[in-house]
Amino acid sequence: MSGKPILEVRGLKKHFGARKGMFGEKTTVKAVDGVSFSVMPNESFAVVGESGCGKTTLGKLVLALEKPTEGQVFFDGVDMATMSGSALRKLRREMQVIFQDPYSSLNPRMTVEDIITEPWVIHGMHKDPAERAKKLAKLLEDCGIARTYLPRHPHEFSGGQRQRVGIARALALDPRLVVADEPVSALDVSIQAQILNLLKDLQKERNLAYLFISHDFSVVRHLCTKIAVMYLGRVVETADSETLFNDPQHPYTEALLSAVPVPDPSVEKRRKRILLTGDVPSPLKPPPGCRFHPRCRYLRDSCRVNDQALLEAKPDHFAACEVLPFKEKSSAAALVSL
Amino acid sequence: MDSVLSIRGLRTQFITPERTVRAVDGVTYELAAGKTLAVVGESGSGKSVHALSILGLLPMPPAKIVAGEILFQGKDLLKMPPGEMRKIRGNRIAMIFQEPMTSLNPVMRIGDQIAESIILHQKKTPAEARAKAIDLLKKVGIPHPEERVDDFPHQFSGGMRQRAMIAIALACEPDVLIADEPTTALDVTIQAQILELMKDLQREYKMAIVLITHNIGVVAEMADDVVVMYAGRPVENAPVGELFKNPKHPYTKGLLASVPSIYERKDRLEAIPGQPPDLTGGIVGCPFAPRCPSVMDRCRTEDPPQFLLPGDRMSNCWLVEGEASGRSHRFDAPDKAEKVS
Repeated sequence: MSGKPILEVRGLKKHFGARKGMFGEKTTVKAVDGVSFSVMPNESFAVVGESGCGKTTLGKLVLALEKPTEGQVFFDGVDMATMSGSALRKLRREMQVIFQDPYSSLNPRMTVEDIITEPWVIHGMHKDPAERAKKLAKLLEDCGIARTYLPRHPHEFSGGQRQRVGIARALALDPRLVVADEPVSALDVSIQAQILNLLKDLQKERNLAYLFISHDFSVVRHLCTKIAVMYLGRVVETADSETLFNDPQHPYTEALLSAVPVPDPSVEKRRKRILLTGDVPSPLKPPPGCRFHPRCRYLRDSCRVNDQALLEAKPDHFAACEVLPFKEKSSAAALVSL
Repeated sequence: MDSVLSIRGLRTQFITPERTVRAVDGVTYELAAGKTLAVVGESGSGKSVHALSILGLLPMPPAKIVAGEILFQGKDLLKMPPGEMRKIRGNRIAMIFQEPMTSLNPVMRIGDQIAESIILHQKKTPAEARAKAIDLLKKVGIPHPEERVDDFPHQFSGGMRQRAMIAIALACEPDVLIADEPTTALDVTIQAQILELMKDLQREYKMAIVLITHNIGVVAEMADDVVVMYAGRPVENAPVGELFKNPKHPYTKGLLASVPSIYERKDRLEAIPGQPPDLTGGIVGCPFAPRCPSVMDRCRTEDPPQFLLPGDRMSNCWLVEGEASGRSHRFDAPDKAEKVS
């Protein structure tokens, strides 16, 4: 089983048409611009990046909620673009999504029971009342939802409880892949920890693969085993989670890791921080050459023209940089691992 | 301690015919000149309402400050006539908000928004104020300030807007800056820039900062002292190093343990079970009791006072009663009548 990826993305691109101003010239936003990776069964794969890097669009492409401009998404070895409507619908049982905002992603007029069991209605499953009751009880127990919640409506619950309902809905069909788009960023830390533990337990129990989309490295480190870092529509680095945290090979990853505040004042006083200058450039007009070059501290002349593809910097560790992986590591690595 | 701002037993409530919400319930702290005090808590813990209470920015009614003192340089802001308060607000005490897009005026040029308070409080001419606005924009790191001063907020990126808001707050060189989640809406690389900027400016202007945040990492980076809030109450006050090394209140312990860190991968996070309480009903006993791992019988019936502890600390928990040197202001507040409804 371990040899074959459950999800494979090849050269995926999504370009949106846009205008500069109301009457301005037409341009394209390259939201996702050539992304490839694969997710193994039972693996938790994180896509990390700042706002506007294209991570949410990537999630939509994977779920076939958006059509790619170029490239393919393979689920279990089958190209999703070649599938018919009914085949795609069947496939959706296997891949489900958890959204960021538990306030807007649950229908306020439906009861919790209706929300959780709607997927069964849509797919015509578990029609036998006894079987259905048994399934529902198991699902509620797994997700930490009390039976008394069933006849109530989403507005009666706090964010953490709503997110549990969202998770139960996603798991109702026993999917093999769950795309989780910032599932804990709207929650308070003490509640966030509950949900992260729940996601971890569910993965073990149900053999799920996660495609976890997040901006928060601390959360990702806790949950995920593989990471892809995105910047302006591209993956700039991908590796095992531990490798990436201990020895980042792309200057953007390095700066991003050093920017995350650490919940320990003694560490904060000792460590040095790489401050990036400037803002993320607009995806309407990405810089030529390496997209990160205007903010990079390792900038060389060639970076202004060469658009570096992913290189295998170390075994199974890829980075789109022609400078940092070949540098003597002194301060950089030490700074992150401490 | 030489305090610019000291808050004693502040209680703010929202009172409507149907119900009373005890949003802030006994906040007490001292803030020294040039220091940073972080007020930490989860949503609904009363940290923002406490800040708005300081500046008198709450709509009254329904809000009402039912007890307490807010001493700014020794004078109680709550007893000050509105005219005098206006001379302090935006001048001696300034505030920056979480969402720079909604708190800047979208139809007013950035430069004019900065100049506004300079003209008002420092009696400068518009030309002088404009020159100062350009200076301030340069100071907060906006490139080409001479040109950008005439931009509108929508022409700025999120990070630049927050810089502009800091420029507005600093226009009159305030003694106290209240920053309410100043970096929550920003990406981490931009957050790092803004926090660095705030530290530099604090050194330069010798400002005291009240930093309101839910981010424990930001607290560790910025704060000298910390107040942890839960259900409207300050459950623990301590210097930052001590708080992380030796938290006294079970909620603080739980909060610190539940934060994932990029420096270590824990197999499980220690989540705090349950939910924060509803602040509308009368809470009997300690508000954290239903979620507390060290709960005792008395916690469910007796509301713990704020115990004073050695090393400038306070904790609102019966567990520390034995080591306490006294009790603080919270229960001096003269409104015993409606303590528990």
